[in-house]
This record gives sequence, C-alpha cells and structure tokens, in this order.
Amino acid sequence: MNLPQIKYSKNPSRSEKLYTFFANISGLTLFNVEFLKQSIAPPYEISQVKKHMIELGVKTFPIVSIMGFILGFVLALQSYPVLERFGATDYLPPTVSLSVIRELGPVLTAIIFAGRVSSGIGAELSSMRVTEQIDAMEVSAINPFKYLVVTRVIATTMILPILTIYVIFIALIGGFIAITFSESMSFIYYNNSVISAITFGDFIPGMAKTFLFGYIVGIVGAYKGYTANGGTEGVGRASTTAVVMSSLLILISDMVLVKITVWLWPSIG
Amino acid sequence: MIKIENLSKSFGDLHVLNNVAMHVNVGENLVVFGKSGTGKSVLLKCLVGLLRPDKGSIFVNDENVIEYSKKKLNNFRKNLGFLFQGAALYDSMSVRENLEFPLKRNFDFTQNEIDLKVENTLELVGLSEAVDKMPSELSGGMRKRIGLARSIITEPALMLYDEPTTGLDPITAKEISVLILNLQKKLKMTSIVVTHDLLCAEIIADRAIMLNDAKIVFEGTIEEMTNSQDRFLQNFFSHEVFNE
Repeated sequence: MNLPQIKYSKNPSRSEKLYTFFANISGLTLFNVEFLKQSIAPPYEISQVKKHMIELGVKTFPIVSIMGFILGFVLALQSYPVLERFGATDYLPPTVSLSVIRELGPVLTAIIFAGRVSSGIGAELSSMRVTEQIDAMEVSAINPFKYLVVTRVIATTMILPILTIYVIFIALIGGFIAITFSESMSFIYYNNSVISAITFGDFIPGMAKTFLFGYIVGIVGAYKGYTANGGTEGVGRASTTAVVMSSLLILISDMVLVKITVWLWPSIG
Repeated sequence: MIKIENLSKSFGDLHVLNNVAMHVNVGENLVVFGKSGTGKSVLLKCLVGLLRPDKGSIFVNDENVIEYSKKKLNNFRKNLGFLFQGAALYDSMSVRENLEFPLKRNFDFTQNEIDLKVENTLELVGLSEAVDKMPSELSGGMRKRIGLARSIITEPALMLYDEPTTGLDPITAKEISVLILNLQKKLKMTSIVVTHDLLCAEIIADRAIMLNDAKIVFEGTIEEMTNSQDRFLQNFFSHEVFNE
C-alpha cells in the first residue's frame, strides 16, 4: 500500500495546506480499499476482534452512560415547557423517545465514541509507528495491517450499535426521571407511551447508521495512527486529527444519510 | 550469502544510497559504520523489504529479495532477526508475550515447546527474571536484551542490528556487544551490525565497511580502518577535532 507522504510544517503555505487536504482524502480512500481487501482474506483474527470490542466497550461505557442520562434528562426538561404551553404534555414521552432513537442517541454516542476511541486508536498506533513496533511486526512476517487495523475497525463497527442501544435505554430512563420532577407520571404509562410511539421505521435507520459511524471512528483513527510520522509530535497530531476528522465525517455522513432516508421513506421523515 | 549490487535510494532530492555494492559471507559479522544520516539504517530496511530501493539488487542465496512476492518475502523474513535501535518491544505485551508472539504466529510449536524456548532464550540473554515484566518496567539495556531475545528466538540464519549499543552506558554497551558475539558463535548466524560504536565493532566485527556521502568509502578489517591514512576515516575515529 503506497500512501501519499504528508509532511507537516509549523507554518504551512496555502499550497502545502491544499496538498495535505487532498493527500488525506486520497490516503484515506486507499486505506479503505486496503481494509476491504484485507478484511475478506483469512486469517480473521476473531480473538483480537473480541478483545478490542471488550476493551473499547468497557473504556467507553462510563462516559456514554453519563451522556445518555443527561441527554434524556435535559431533552425532557427542555421539551416540557413548550409542550405544556400547547397542553400537550402527554406527547412528552414520544418526543423524547423519537428524538433519542432517530437522531440524538446515534449521533451523540458516535461523537463521544470518536472522542474516546478514535483518538485512542490514533495515539496507540502512531506511538507504535514512531517506536518502530509496526516495522518490527512486519519484519517478523506478521501482517501489521491485519493485526492492528482490521481488527480494531471491525471492533468499532460492531461495538458502537450495541453502545447506542444502551445509550437510548439510559436516555429514556433519564427522560422519565426529568418528567417526574414536573408532573406525576407512572413508569408504566411512560413506558407504554414510548413503545406505542416507536415504529420499526424509527428504529432501523438510526441503528443502521451507527454501523457506518463505528466504521468511520475505527478507520479514521487507524489511518491517522498507522500513517503517523514526526516522532512524539506526530503522536499528538495523529490523536487530535483523528477526533476532528472522524467527528466531522460522522456529522457529514449523518446529514447525507438522513436526506437519503427521507427521500427513500418519506413517511419516516 | 548476501550480495548487494548498485543499490540506490533517495528521499526526494536527498540521495541516501548511491550505487552501493557489498557482500556478506555466511557466518560473518559485518559492521557498517557511517555518520548519522548516511543511509546505514536505510540499507538494512531495504534488505528486509521495509523500504523499496529506487535501483539495484539484493541477492540472498542467489535470489533477488526485491523481486520477491509477498509470500516469499514473508518466508525470507521468518528466517531473519532484526534488533531495532529502540528495541521496538510491543508495549501492550509482557516480555513473555513479546517472545511468544513470532513463535505463535509463524510456527506450529506446542505451548510446552514455546515455554521452553522462551525460558532458554531469556537465559541466553541473562534476563530470566524479567519474563512477566512489561516493557515499561525495563531499563534501556534490558529492553535491548529482550529485543535481542525476541529476534533470536526463532533461530534465524541472518541477524540485523540497528545501532545495538546506542543510548547505553559504556559497561552495558560492552555487555551487549559481548552478548551479540557469543550469540553469533552459539547460533552460527550471519550478522550485519550498523553502529557508531568503535568498541562494539572491535568486539563483534570480522569485517567492516564505512558509508559516506551515500557510498561505501572503505572496506576492510577494523584494524585496517582505524589505521587508515584517509582524512575522513581519521576524523571519524579520532577524539581530536579536525578541520576538513
């Protein structure tokens, strides 16, 4: 895999910035192609994928729990006065659940996941690159791309949907607790309102895009780490740019996916 | 065993190697000297396929490594050891896991055989007690020894050392040099050692070459090299400051 060389300078000229931009796009594209080629060829490194899934899940679990609870809680608190003005507080559970399931749950979990995991993968692989650990692996006749990149990207792709389902669940609990501050509502009523409001069509597009978001987090972090250069400065740069790039790509792909979903299934939009 | 012909490698406008030609005999310890940035490490990396040269050939047992398929290159790599400058131990693995890694991935040894190999190799480098330590718990000298142990655990026919004594105190550097020589004698490996360290070279080398300005400027024994009247060689090995 011959990726374009990117050299960073402290004060890059306009042409250097432009080169870096296009080199990143072409580099990331080639990196994706290499991933697809290597992920279908054996060996499949299933034990490594499992190990990374557990590690990433455990690492992200506390922060997404807090984020999920606050998300549901704040959403319910903010929505209550507006719905109360129209005498529509009965619509509070569906409002919270639909917002969380369709959009906020998947996107915010992915952004938090990117901040925690993409930077982690970027830092880990870039430090392995600058300390020649990746070269050592290659010289030992072990495929470092497969062992380090493919396993991590598959793990992030598989674990993010699971985390998102968990976040949605926690956000709905947070929403219920916030509602009980304002009016008396039984959990059974809340639960029934939520379930009756959600259709299959609300759930599937939201969940489907989390696979793509998970893939973006993994591939961008791995790309930035695997191709890092410039010593310890390169490690810092890889981890920072991994977060920025993956968060941006998540938001852009979300916009595109929502548009496609609305276009294909207008009733869902 | 190894024959390099017209090897050239550039990075942009910087010519690191320019028509380099050399050979290494079976069982020989060849030391490669040169100033920083003269392409010593690049030479090793071209030899193992980490870098692709712009021009030239590298013959190992009459086969050109540069033309190897990926599969053949991997088979070649299974039969060589490479000690990196910073040892390049895998940070996330313990010493035992570092040593087991190439054995588990590339060979069909049983766990008992692997355990025995790990035990014996650590004994060879004198660090049996470090087996369950993490790389972050090791000193510079210990890291080099463990890196060496990981490289020789597969009993390679060819061993490459990239500045094995750099960054070590004189006593540890001497110990590592003696260890390299003893291992070479015991395992009958062919070795190429890139170094700046004259003491290390005096202990290890059967023959030495000097790289300067992307070319080999001297080839011979260490004694011939240090006694040479060549201005550059005198400057390289002298403690005095010469004006070029």
